[in-house]
Amino acid sequence: MSRLQAGRRHPVRFSLNGKPCAGEAEPRLLLTDFLRHQIGMTGTHVGCEHGVCGACTVNIDGSPARACLTLAAQVDGCEVRTVESLAPSAGRLGILQAAFKRNHALQCGFCTAGILMSLDCLLRDHPRPDGATIRDFLSGHLCRCTGYAPIIRAALEAAAEMAGDVSRETSDA
Amino acid sequence: MKPAAFDYVRAETLDEALEVLRQEGSDARIIAGGQSLMAMLNMRLARPKTLIDIMRLPELARIDAKGDAIVVGAGVRQAALLAWPELGRSLQLVALALPWTGHAQTRSRGTVCGSIAHADPSAELPLVLQALGGEVHLRSAKRRRRVAAREFFAGMMTTTRAEEELIEAVSFPAAQKRCAFREVARRHGDFAIVAAAAVQTAAGVRLAVGGVADMPVVRDFPRLEGSALDDALNAFAYELDARDDVHATARYRRDLVRLIGRDLVREVLP
Repeated sequence: MSRLQAGRRHPVRFSLNGKPCAGEAEPRLLLTDFLRHQIGMTGTHVGCEHGVCGACTVNIDGSPARACLTLAAQVDGCEVRTVESLAPSAGRLGILQAAFKRNHALQCGFCTAGILMSLDCLLRDHPRPDGATIRDFLSGHLCRCTGYAPIIRAALEAAAEMAGDVSRETSDA
Repeated sequence: MKPAAFDYVRAETLDEALEVLRQEGSDARIIAGGQSLMAMLNMRLARPKTLIDIMRLPELARIDAKGDAIVVGAGVRQAALLAWPELGRSLQLVALALPWTGHAQTRSRGTVCGSIAHADPSAELPLVLQALGGEVHLRSAKRRRRVAAREFFAGMMTTTRAEEELIEAVSFPAAQKRCAFREVARRHGDFAIVAAAAVQTAAGVRLAVGGVADMPVVRDFPRLEGSALDDALNAFAYELDARDDVHATARYRRDLVRLIGRDLVREVLP
């Protein structure tokens, strides 16, 4: 049994976007704040901090999860992925990100990181989702700008592109 | 919106968790998936001195068929139960209700037992446990006991669990009966304005309603039709003592109990 004392920082180690990540956290530190303030990775956004808005959604051990409802201490030894993992290299966008850009699936962008992480999981588990499946998955996210329709379009387009149905040129036209 | 300070205990065995609970009682809280408790901590509606994490205990992460019941351990996440291949065959009502429990993004972490421990009056899993007549398996350093769902829920987010006890598992009867589930919420996955489940019984139908009273309420009805059924549902709707709140009026909730109730009874007793 290990007891991490309140008010003190304790080592936390996990895999972050495929690379080892080590830092220190008080027991009460949320994963959102650990990622943003300790590691400096600010792609994960903080919205409501009680699990409703979905802005902070990351991927923990292969599943989408609320970073604001997770303590940094709880992910010790886990595999965490954040929105920073989606781009293949600096200055380039992943397929899903590019589809969001083409379809205007973001305006202010506050909810986008969380939605991308959810849809990334969805498209991995359901390579050919229909609109209803995507809408059901998006029920865990709030977007106040887009009305969701462009987000669903982008997800369908990205799924088709990943499945090899559509080339980028066709869908851009 | 940050939790107050607490000690965090990562239990390696169940006995360790029980010993901390014995020593610290209500100052300590069990954390499993944390999808209800973390929100309470963030809003400082809960300020435990110690959190005991039980998610590293493999013996709690089991789904077992024991006799006529399916026993779901305290470490079983909602997503894991939803993905359990036997679910549709053994626990049809759970299979119907689980997709309404939170969102995919919270079911991935939240546990079945955690939702029952939290005892939110509009949550689906306490409702289903009540409708099926399931049991909560409680354990402390000194004893084990099983409590019927009817005796477990005591009010708004209140249960009869003693402060030195934890939920080790819950069991759902796996009988093959006709059942149905309906929910109305502002957004799929949000807490229910009204959720209801119906299960066929020898004499008629059992109806369970959540989101209206301060806990899920179960009522057995004989086989009724037409205006007799409408009258019985109307009486039941009023007995639930619905309140007006920011989500819906009491009158709307009673309407939903009557309408959903009739749909469910017709579905279960064709």
